[in-house]
Amino acid sequence: MFKSTIKAAAVAVAAAMIAAAAPASAADKLKVGFVYVGPIGDLGYSYQHDVGRLALQKALSDKVETTYVENVPEGADAERVIAQLAQSGHGLIFTTSFGFMNPTLKVAQRFPKVKFEHATGYKRANNVATYSARFHEGRTVIGAIAGKMTKSGKIGYIASFPIPEVVSGINAFTLALKKVRPDAEVRVVWVNSWYDPGKEAAAAKALIDQGADVLSQHTDSPAPIQAAEERGIYAFGQSSDMSKFGPKAHLTSIVDIWDGYYINRAQAVLDGKWKSEDTWGGLDSGMVVLSPYNPGMPKDVAAMADQIKNDLIAHKITSFDGPFNDRSGKQVIPAGQHLSDEKILTMNYFVEGVVGDLPK
Amino acid sequence: MSPDVIAAVMMSVVAAATPLLLAALGELVTEKAGVLNLGVEGMMLIGAVAGFGAAMVSGSWIVGVIAAALAGMAMALVFAVLALTLLANQVATGLALTILGVGLSALIGRPFIGVPLPRLPQLYVPGLTDLPIVGRLIFGQDFLVYLSIALVVGIWWFLERSRAGLVLRAVGESHDSAHAIGYPVIAIRYLATLFGGACCGLGGAYLSLAVTPMWAENMVAGRGWIALALVVFATWKPLRTLAGAYLFGGLAFGQLFLQGLGFSVPSQFLSMLPYVATIVVLTLISRDATRIRLNTPACLGKSYHPDH
Amino acid sequence: MPLDLRLEARPQASTAWRYLAPLLAIAVTLCAGAALFAILGYPPAHSLKVFFIDPISSVEGLAELALKATPLMLCAVGLSIGFRANVWNIGAEGQFVIGALAGGGLCLALQGDGGGWWLMPAMALAGMAGGMAWAAIPAFLRTRFNANEILVSLMLTYVAVLLLQYLVHGPWKDPAGFNFPQSEMFVESGLLPILIEGTRLNLGTLIALAILGLAWAVLTRGLFGFQVRVIGQAPLAAAYAGFDQKRMIWASLLLSGALAGLAGTFEVAGPVGQLTPAIPQNYGFTAIIVAFLGRLHPLGILLGSLVIALSYLGGESAQIMLRLPVAVAGVFQGMLLFFLLACDVLIRYRVRIGHSVRRAA
Repeated sequence: MFKSTIKAAAVAVAAAMIAAAAPASAADKLKVGFVYVGPIGDLGYSYQHDVGRLALQKALSDKVETTYVENVPEGADAERVIAQLAQSGHGLIFTTSFGFMNPTLKVAQRFPKVKFEHATGYKRANNVATYSARFHEGRTVIGAIAGKMTKSGKIGYIASFPIPEVVSGINAFTLALKKVRPDAEVRVVWVNSWYDPGKEAAAAKALIDQGADVLSQHTDSPAPIQAAEERGIYAFGQSSDMSKFGPKAHLTSIVDIWDGYYINRAQAVLDGKWKSEDTWGGLDSGMVVLSPYNPGMPKDVAAMADQIKNDLIAHKITSFDGPFNDRSGKQVIPAGQHLSDEKILTMNYFVEGVVGDLPK
Repeated sequence: MSPDVIAAVMMSVVAAATPLLLAALGELVTEKAGVLNLGVEGMMLIGAVAGFGAAMVSGSWIVGVIAAALAGMAMALVFAVLALTLLANQVATGLALTILGVGLSALIGRPFIGVPLPRLPQLYVPGLTDLPIVGRLIFGQDFLVYLSIALVVGIWWFLERSRAGLVLRAVGESHDSAHAIGYPVIAIRYLATLFGGACCGLGGAYLSLAVTPMWAENMVAGRGWIALALVVFATWKPLRTLAGAYLFGGLAFGQLFLQGLGFSVPSQFLSMLPYVATIVVLTLISRDATRIRLNTPACLGKSYHPDH
Repeated sequence: MPLDLRLEARPQASTAWRYLAPLLAIAVTLCAGAALFAILGYPPAHSLKVFFIDPISSVEGLAELALKATPLMLCAVGLSIGFRANVWNIGAEGQFVIGALAGGGLCLALQGDGGGWWLMPAMALAGMAGGMAWAAIPAFLRTRFNANEILVSLMLTYVAVLLLQYLVHGPWKDPAGFNFPQSEMFVESGLLPILIEGTRLNLGTLIALAILGLAWAVLTRGLFGFQVRVIGQAPLAAAYAGFDQKRMIWASLLLSGALAGLAGTFEVAGPVGQLTPAIPQNYGFTAIIVAFLGRLHPLGILLGSLVIALSYLGGESAQIMLRLPVAVAGVFQGMLLFFLLACDVLIRYRVRIGHSVRRAA
């Protein structure tokens, strides 16, 4: 069994090597590098970036050659890896985790001709752009679905680290939840890891034990979906479609789709039109989508979800429309207004409806 | 809390404790024979990936469990050849085994990513399993949980009451004297090491076949190190290992539970609970110096060669 | 008659093999590595070159090698002293983190007005103090309560990492950092000076080498070094001679804690330049391997840390230049270690191929 796996791997790799050494001279092709913080086998965050890379490879196969490095820690090693990509002729480099921010900028200074794209960061330079997706818009949709599907009114949220993206996700989810079910509450458990199936499953079980009958997660493994399936409740997946881990439990997932962005940016470099900017694509850009709803979801719930999704795409509503208060009861924003991008990016509080405080 | 919630919580604690218990028991036997195998994490990972892969391909969890034990043994065999026959330093060899295990399991596991499997079947005894609270806890577990408890008793009996266990302990206490009496020191150590490897493999398989039936790179996530620490914590006694595994597993789960309740202690401090508690309890039970000295296998980690 | 392969102890460790063994190990690893690459479909010779030669074929490459090896060296030399005396500090990683927090924390507290020439030395001292304090816990619990230092130091590693998480997500978070878990960047005077323009090689490496030299002198000449060796090899004799076991436990734990803490400070005051959740890089654990590969001797540790560092750099290089999956690099690293450990046996033992003699009944 092992031998045939090795053989299959060998054949695949040989084919890839031959394909990579393809006719067009290397000097013509744009080399695009990708730096991943986790393994592409996580089937979550890094995996989706790699799916984007493969789409880029496919779409521009005669003009582009891609390389990836996975499991790159966010410390001192990252700078070396990024520098090596720059040194070895890569003209466009995507660094896909916020912890790569300062290393990317340091290397960008040394290689002014190379273009860098940093995901989920906020520092730019002439040759460094930033990009991310408005995952919180996806959270708004699933928050509303949760409000309809919960009986107990208790939602369990398995979260990784209290970084802004996770916090704004929790808040967007809770705001949408309470519009549908005002008495509902969200209980958050921090597993302090992006990817630890055992711990995520334990967190899920702890929340279910406390009466949660819908789970949402901001961690990368399908373990919470499995736990939900086992206990007969509902759950939302993260980063990729996780339905096969919980056919009855899995309502939908927020999926990151980087394909279009990667193709656009590579094309821009090829056309000489690339410039540093900040991209924060919402549902309207296709960078964040919702996976197909569970066929068992009631029709009216699905219709409501689609309505919210369309309203977000058309910018009729946003994830953070006022009025709402933070947990201490203080109003964050009055009616008729909505949070600016800057306010969303620097969110460090929980809204009403979330049980427990943010670590200060 | 309602009886259902109590029962559910206890089941989760069992799930958290069992992989630790299986691995720790195996390592306990290994260390009792005087061999320090720090490769627990690597052996657990290989067991997890092999168990999952075999179950996936064959469709049978039994095949998976057996494959996991054999895979763990194979890794332990590599260690044994290096450390027992070639007399390489045991500490470094064990650490190298962990590095190898992490890389090898990731390599082998590529085709298994994203594949869900049904979890290990759990016992159902009509009438008994439906009892409130204790029903599922005692009569509704899966094979590996029952095996872990059986191993606690079995290893205790083996070490304390059987002649073979006495021989093994002698080898761990003083390998020169044991050799002088005529016991095959190296062979016994090989067997102890292989047994430890099999148990670690099963501990890893419990994660990939029961707790979260899937394969994910590095899914053991450091539990191997906890298991190693638990052997020390338990002063090399099987019953204490059981207590330690459940103490740690219980607190590890408990802190997640506390977070859900909305405790305003920062989650990082709650996460420290199991580690701090282990230190505190160890300190309390170690105060009696004589008891500790009697328990550490005197030849732990020392290479054995007949000419010395 | 059946062939009998036996290991026969040499009366004295073979000096020739002391140098030949690692060479043999590297040769065997190269062969096995070539075979591994060939089976997986990569060109063997080219792959080995990418792994071992390319990373160090430029000034920047050598600087990176030294940079990567420095924390390994520092931690390993501290640990080796303890290991010789049978004191098992498995928690160097935790002491590394606490050292980083102490040194980095001091910088954050005092950098308001730009610091000065005194800042870096103060940070180094703080880092050492932090590491020492964290190592003092297992030392205290062992000498006072007999609590095994393996467990205490290991558990404290997890506590240290969680403490780091708490601080960078909470009280020490950069207020201008968009709520990212990171501290402010350190000011210029809180960073280690770069030695070679255009590289990341910093003063930390020189200091580490100096410490290694010091360790060599102490171990081979001083009374302390003698005590360490005797306590480790013959505890009863040591007791008769009046060498205090308890003092040795304290000394070795504090020393390894100080050096690990210093390494942590160098990491944050060097290539990283701030406190982030990604400070722990398993150097504390890898250093254990380096210590044994180097046979607990400072020179061996120097070479061992360079070899291990090269294997990490090679793995990265192979991913970029060969598109080798990172898992294969891990397997290769494990193999390298195994062969290095296995070949060491030839120093102390001779392989005898003989015919087994039937024992009398």
